[in-house]
Amino acid sequence: MKSFFAFVRKEFYHILRDRRTLLILFGMPVVQIILFGYAVTNEFKGADIGVWDQSKDALSTELITRLEASGHFSLAYTYQSRDQVERAFQDAEIKMAVIIPADFGATYYSGRTADIQLITDGTNPNTANTLVNYASAIVQGFQREQTDNRPLPFQISVDSRMVYNPELLSVFMFVPGVMTLILMLVSAMMTSLTIAREKELGTMELLLVSPLSPMTIILGKVTPYILLSLINTVIILAVSYFVFKVPIVGSLWLLLGLSLVFILMALALGILISTRTTTQQSAMMISLIMLMMPTMLLSGFIFPIESMPVILQYLSNIIPAKYFIIMLKDVMLKGSALTFIWNEMVVLLGMTVFFLLLSWKNFSIRLGG
Amino acid sequence: MRTILVLIRKELLQVFRNKAMLPLLTVVPVVQLIVLSFAASNEVKDLKVAIYDQDHSTYSRRLTQKFAASTYFLLSGAPQNLQDAELLLQKDEADIVLLIPAGMERDLYRLQRADMQLLVNAVNGSKGGIANGYANRVIQDFNREVRAEIAPQILAMTAGQGRIEVNFQHWYNPLLDYRTFMVPGILGTLVTILILVLTAMNVVREREIGTIEQLNVTPIRKYQLILGKLLPFLLIGLFDLAIGLIAGKLIFNIPIIGSIWLIFGFCVLNLLAVLAIGMLISTMADTQQQAMFIAWFFMMIFILMGGLFTPIDSMPQWAQYLTYPNPIAHFVEVMRQVMLKGSTFADVQEHFVAMAIVSLFFGTLAVWTYRKTGA
Amino acid sequence: MEYVIQADQLTKKFGSFTAVNAISFSVKKGEIFGFLGANGAGKTTAMRMLTGLSQPTAGQASVAGYDVRTQPEQIKRHIGYMSQKFSLYEDLTVGENIWFFGNIYGLSRSVIKSKTEQLLQELQIGSVKKQLVASLPLGWKQRLAFALASFHNPEIVFLDEPTGGVDPITRREFWEMIYAAADRGTTIFVTTHYMDEAEYCDRVSIMVDGNIAALDTPSGLKDSFEARSMDEVFVKLARG
Repeated sequence: MKSFFAFVRKEFYHILRDRRTLLILFGMPVVQIILFGYAVTNEFKGADIGVWDQSKDALSTELITRLEASGHFSLAYTYQSRDQVERAFQDAEIKMAVIIPADFGATYYSGRTADIQLITDGTNPNTANTLVNYASAIVQGFQREQTDNRPLPFQISVDSRMVYNPELLSVFMFVPGVMTLILMLVSAMMTSLTIAREKELGTMELLLVSPLSPMTIILGKVTPYILLSLINTVIILAVSYFVFKVPIVGSLWLLLGLSLVFILMALALGILISTRTTTQQSAMMISLIMLMMPTMLLSGFIFPIESMPVILQYLSNIIPAKYFIIMLKDVMLKGSALTFIWNEMVVLLGMTVFFLLLSWKNFSIRLGG
Repeated sequence: MRTILVLIRKELLQVFRNKAMLPLLTVVPVVQLIVLSFAASNEVKDLKVAIYDQDHSTYSRRLTQKFAASTYFLLSGAPQNLQDAELLLQKDEADIVLLIPAGMERDLYRLQRADMQLLVNAVNGSKGGIANGYANRVIQDFNREVRAEIAPQILAMTAGQGRIEVNFQHWYNPLLDYRTFMVPGILGTLVTILILVLTAMNVVREREIGTIEQLNVTPIRKYQLILGKLLPFLLIGLFDLAIGLIAGKLIFNIPIIGSIWLIFGFCVLNLLAVLAIGMLISTMADTQQQAMFIAWFFMMIFILMGGLFTPIDSMPQWAQYLTYPNPIAHFVEVMRQVMLKGSTFADVQEHFVAMAIVSLFFGTLAVWTYRKTGA
Repeated sequence: MEYVIQADQLTKKFGSFTAVNAISFSVKKGEIFGFLGANGAGKTTAMRMLTGLSQPTAGQASVAGYDVRTQPEQIKRHIGYMSQKFSLYEDLTVGENIWFFGNIYGLSRSVIKSKTEQLLQELQIGSVKKQLVASLPLGWKQRLAFALASFHNPEIVFLDEPTGGVDPITRREFWEMIYAAADRGTTIFVTTHYMDEAEYCDRVSIMVDGNIAALDTPSGLKDSFEARSMDEVFVKLARG
């Protein structure tokens, strides 16, 4: 045990001595979380739109003013023909075109249905969807105002309460996601790389002939990273809490506890990768290529798992990040207790054990051969 | 020229000699492209709605039926008290809970108005907003039906007041198929990751092993060395892009309306920018470990601020400026324009210019730092 | 007498630290020139200046008739270099390494082919042509590295501690290769820590703290320092 701690201390010295890496290790997550906190959002402000108003009456003018007043749109161009609208989309100068037919007001006041047409650039479905939703909501509100002068009887009014995120902020979604990505990649890459490095430089053999058992060596190498990753967790949580006002409704200790479980899983995965590679280059390629995009896209961080085809919903079950993101959201935003998330916790612990057993097996084979 | 060809062949030999590398450069990106493209959809469907019906009236049952019949919703529960209702939200077993108060039907008759409450799980803000919109639409439809039944004369009352109907059309992609947008974007992202990592590790690796010194005492010129290191990765990148585009065409049938030469021309320039950034990282880093972390840092920023997952236009202005050197942002935009809309060179030339500037700037910087460390 | 290396007041400073302090010496054509000194005495820095890897802070030097300041690229065509870090590509085969360096020095395909056969025969390693360099024993690697450093018939070959960690028999074989190269007229500039190897050199210089403290034939040095072996000479000098 004493030799183990001596070993861990040696590893700490290595890490602390390399100032540049240390700066990268702690500086990057902060920069990223701040950058993404402000920049990664679905909320539109002032999207450029164009209007082709063939009616030009009081009602259409008022409707256009309403669209602009919402703050979501800014009226950049007016058009006189369909050709011009087509040209505008080809040049990508607008995100959406609003086409108001002739006699818009007259049709409306005569009690018939007045159509307006929204045209979006479907090549970016995210934007297209969001803008149509905004515009529809604004037009509906506009319509209600028009009829409010003579309120209809037998009205069912709905009071919507946005639970957990009253202002519908994107940052609530993405803080758990970015935190997961950072912890996953830093822990898994760091471990696989530090072990591959010893192999590449030939120092691994030196350690293997020492009286320490191979598993002790590996554990000694990863122990410092547990601490570093926990510090990173605290930094990220602090930035998201103080800068972006993302609440921590549940227990802070539970939050740190489940982060620890996730970190252990990532480290175990890093060890597994390192048992399969001999060079830092391939360790890194495997960590990045195999982990980065799947963690981002199959974990529910960016795209809801429910929207995926069924096969991929099953596939998402082997992505560790999925469980961590669920737990983070539950504890941070919903204030859930351990009783709500224990099954996710068990899955992550199971994965950790599985990865460790597999690396142990790889390791023994290597030594035996 | 021969020196450069020799250097290229040497790099390719080294890359493919590594057994782990061949699948990482060929099969893995294609498989990921296919799998992830299926996953990448923001389409909101099958929203889980739980209805806490305290009214137990004909109307409340009809409203429940209306939700069940809607294509957007799945009935997922009928909680019997508020705690249960909130628990469903907390456990993610409901996206929306509709609370129908006792006496809803009676109020509607007697007071000519009734209230309801929706609890929307808004952890995912945009999904919550959309779910709320859909639910409101269902309730409004129901409201209109009921009103027409109770008081047909209302219709007369609203004479002289029409309705505004919003129609929408999504051009170039009428069904808002996410894949046509995502396949080129994910492809570009995967290739960028690959190439950035390969180049970022390359020079620093030769330095760590000591072979760079051997090269420095040979008559190889600096430009030959740089070209000899750039071109192999450019080839690998172009190869992956070509395979990916073919796979996208065959499997997802993504349209390629614009010129294929324009697409590949841009790919070359785009890859050069990635290579220049990778080279700079490699010449600046002391160790492969550092190179990897710096590469990873920029990769995260490139990907999450590349306009693929959240629109660049929704970023604050200062953040939009930051996307100018981002190769993924330009790639996503150009592929979208040329492949799906058939834009011509004139339409996308500003992206060519941007990538040329980025390549030149970072390339010069890389050569300069290489000189400095080489001396 | 024809000199292939001439250094005159050659100096390299890193900030306020003077690594090489105005050294002057000449190396004759076909000579085996030993360049000795304790660790940190400035040997490697001096060698890097002579091979064009680093620019001198002051002073002059010419190598193979070219100025190290203004013509480093020409110098590189006329020298071979083997660094103390083993620097062949371990993930390429023996044949691929030969092919690579042959081409880098601009040798024609037929020359590379015939010289490869000759080299593999001389080294008696023809059987491993298709093996990765990483799988070779260290002694073979070092001999291969030397063979490649002189593959393009350079006028001068610089060797930076070429025999570190190699067993005595392989070291003997290695020096036989050096003698053979010198017999063909190649000048050898070698640094080493092994004093028995210093005895093999035609002339030896010993660097102490950035200066050349002594320069003579091995026997001349032993006479002037009244020592029985080069070991003693070195210890006397290094202790000041």
